[in-house]
Amino acid sequence: MTGLLVLALYLGVFFGAKVILSRLFSGAFAPRGFNKIKTVTFGDESAVNGNRMASVISVLTIFWIWVAFTNSVIPLPKMPGPFAGETSFTYTATQEDGTTDDATVSILVYREDIQLTVDEAGVAGKQPEVPEVDAGDGFAKNDTLTAARYGFEVINVWKNDEVSKKEGSRITAINGQTIEPGGSVKTSAGRIGLTDKGTPTFAPSPGLRMPRLYLPAPEIVMDRFLRLNAEGYQGFTLWEHTWTSLRRVLIGFVLGALIGIPIGYAMGLTNWSRGWFDPIVEFMRPVPPLALIPLMIIWFGIGEQSKVILLFLAALWIMIIAARSGVSGVAITKVHAAYSLGASKWQILRKVIVPNSLPEIFTGARVAMGVCWGTVVAAELVAAEVGLGKMIVAASRFQLTDIVIIGIILIGIIGFLIDVGVRALETWLVPWKGKV
Amino acid sequence: MSELLINDISMRFDLPNGTSIQALKNVSLDIKTGELLSVLGPSGCGKTTLLNIVAGFLAPSEGSIVLNDKVVLGPGAERGMVFQQGALFEWMSVRENVSFGPDMKGISRKESSENVEHLLDVVGLQDFKEKAVYELSGGMQQRVALARCLANDPDVILMDEPLGALDALTREKMQSLVLDLWKETGKTIILITHSVEEALLLGERLLVMAPRPGRVHKEYRLPFADLGVGNDLREVKKHPDYSNTREEILEMIWNMEEEIMGRTDESA
Repeated sequence: MTGLLVLALYLGVFFGAKVILSRLFSGAFAPRGFNKIKTVTFGDESAVNGNRMASVISVLTIFWIWVAFTNSVIPLPKMPGPFAGETSFTYTATQEDGTTDDATVSILVYREDIQLTVDEAGVAGKQPEVPEVDAGDGFAKNDTLTAARYGFEVINVWKNDEVSKKEGSRITAINGQTIEPGGSVKTSAGRIGLTDKGTPTFAPSPGLRMPRLYLPAPEIVMDRFLRLNAEGYQGFTLWEHTWTSLRRVLIGFVLGALIGIPIGYAMGLTNWSRGWFDPIVEFMRPVPPLALIPLMIIWFGIGEQSKVILLFLAALWIMIIAARSGVSGVAITKVHAAYSLGASKWQILRKVIVPNSLPEIFTGARVAMGVCWGTVVAAELVAAEVGLGKMIVAASRFQLTDIVIIGIILIGIIGFLIDVGVRALETWLVPWKGKV
Repeated sequence: MSELLINDISMRFDLPNGTSIQALKNVSLDIKTGELLSVLGPSGCGKTTLLNIVAGFLAPSEGSIVLNDKVVLGPGAERGMVFQQGALFEWMSVRENVSFGPDMKGISRKESSENVEHLLDVVGLQDFKEKAVYELSGGMQQRVALARCLANDPDVILMDEPLGALDALTREKMQSLVLDLWKETGKTIILITHSVEEALLLGERLLVMAPRPGRVHKEYRLPFADLGVGNDLREVKKHPDYSNTREEILEMIWNMEEEIMGRTDESA
C-alpha cells in the first residue's frame, strides 16, 4: 500500500511540477535557438534536450520522498509518523458471575531506535522506565506498559488483578466498546486487540513512515557516512574498501584487455585463430561471470587471486569480441588504399587496423568496465575480506541499513565515474568517432 | 618506358549455387605511358573488376597484367589508387595522410616534406594541412586522396569513380584539377566513371564497355582532354564534336541497358 502511495506521489510531482513550472517560467520552457523556428518538434529527436529544471526537481523529489517516508528531522512535509508518547485505554473485565470492573492500562511508547540515538553529551539513549500508576479499586487493577514504536506487545493485565483468567475473568470491552477474542479496537494511538485466547495486545500506530531498520533518514545516513569516513568499517577505512574494489576491477580489466585485444585481432585477421578461438569465445561469452564465482572460490580461494581472475574472465570475452568486430569494421577500401601506398602487413596492422578499431575497442571497454564493476561487487558479496560489496553484506547482517545504503550510493557514483572516465578517454583518443 | 599491358583478361566468379558469372571476357589493352584512359559502361560491365585486377586486389581467372615488363601479382606502390570515398585515414591529419606513402617506405619526414608541401600547394590544401580529414568537405577529401596518391610517385594512377560522390560544381573543378595534374606529372591514368561527360572530358582515350560478359565494346580517341588542360571545361563542351560523340555514346549505353532489361524479362 505504501508503495502505491509513493508511486502516486511521484507521478503527482512529475506532472504537477511540469504544469506549475511551465506556468511560472514559460520562458524557460519555450524552444531555444534553432528549435524556435521548427514547427515539428514531436518526433524530432534533435529538438529534444533535457530540461534542467526537471533534472533538479527529479533529484530533489527522490530526496523528499526519502525524507517524507522516514522519521527524519529535516523540515520537509512528511507522512503521518508513528505514534510515540503516552496513551492509555480502559478495559472492562467480566467475571463468570457477571460482575464487571474497569481498569486503565497506561502506555508509554518510546522511539524504537532510542539506543542508537546519542544526545549532545554523546550518551546513548535508554529504554524508559515503566511508569508507576495508582492500582485503583475493584478486582481489576490498573496496569502500565512500555512499548517501542512499530512494536507489538501482549499485555498480561491479570498479573496484578484479584482474579485471573483461569478463574474465569474475561475482557469484554475496550474503551467501552464490546470486544470478542480475535477482535480489535482502533484508537488514535494504535490498535488494541484481543488474542484468540482473550489476552489484550497493543500495537502502536506505525503511521506511514518507515522504521530506521528498513530505511534510515538521510541525516542518519550522512552521519554514518562521516563516522565511516573517520573510523572505517570492520578494520578497513572506507577508502580502503572502495580502492580495493576499484583496484580489483582495474587489474582484471587491464589483464583482460591486454590478452583479449590481441586475440580479437588475431581472430579478425587469420583463419586459424578465428577457427581456434571461435568455439571458446562463443561458449564462454553467454556464461555470466557471476556463475563462475563458486568455481573461482573452489580453485583460488576467497583472496585477491580469485577475484582478479574472475574479473579478467569477465573482461576477456568482451574485449576479444570488441577487437574482432573492430577489425571487421575496417573499410576494405582503407586497407586497399594502404596496400596501394606500399604498406606492409605489419604497417597495415599498426597504422590502419589498430586505429580504425579503436572506437569499437572503447565501446567494448565501457561495457567491460561496467560488467567488471558489477561482478566485483557480487564476488565480494559472496566472499571477501575487504571491498564495498563485503562492506554491504557485512552491514546487512548486523541490520546496519545506513551502511548498506552508503555502499550502494558509492557503488553507483564510482560506476558512473568509471563510465565518464572511459568516455573522456575515448573523445580524446578517438576524436573522429561518429564523424566519418 | 613504363607500359601497362592488359593481356587477355577473363574473370569468372563462381557462385555458391554452382553457377558462375562471367564478369570479364578476353579484355586486352595496351596503355602507353602518360595516357589518360577513361572507362565507361553500364553497371555490371566489369569496369571496377578490371580496375581491381590492375590494382592487384583480384587475381584474374585468365590472362595477366604486365607493368614495366613485370607481371602484377598483388597490390603495389607503383600502382596508386584513388577511391570514390572513405579511403582516407581519419586518425591522421591531412598532411599525415599525404605523406603516408613516403612514411611507409621509411623515407624521413624531413626528406619527404618538400614534395608533400608542394603537392598540398598543387591541390590547394596548404591552409588545411593540420586539419583532421573528417573536418573537410567531400571535394577537399578527394583532393587529399589525389595528393596522397601522387606523393607516392606511382607509375600508374587508378581512379575508381573518384568524383562520383561530389556535387556538380565541385566535380567540375575537380575535373580541371585532374587534367592539370595529368599534364603536370605525365602519369598514366585509368579513370573509371559513370558519367559520360566526365569520360569525354577526361579521356584522351575512351573505352566503352558492355556487360554480360564484360568486354570492350568500342574505343575512342578524343581531343577534349588536351583542349581542357588549363582551359575552361565549359568552353570545351562547345566543341562541335563534343555533343555528337556524347549522343552517340549515350545511345550506345542506352541500348545496352535496354538489352539487359529485355534479357532479364525473358529469363523471368
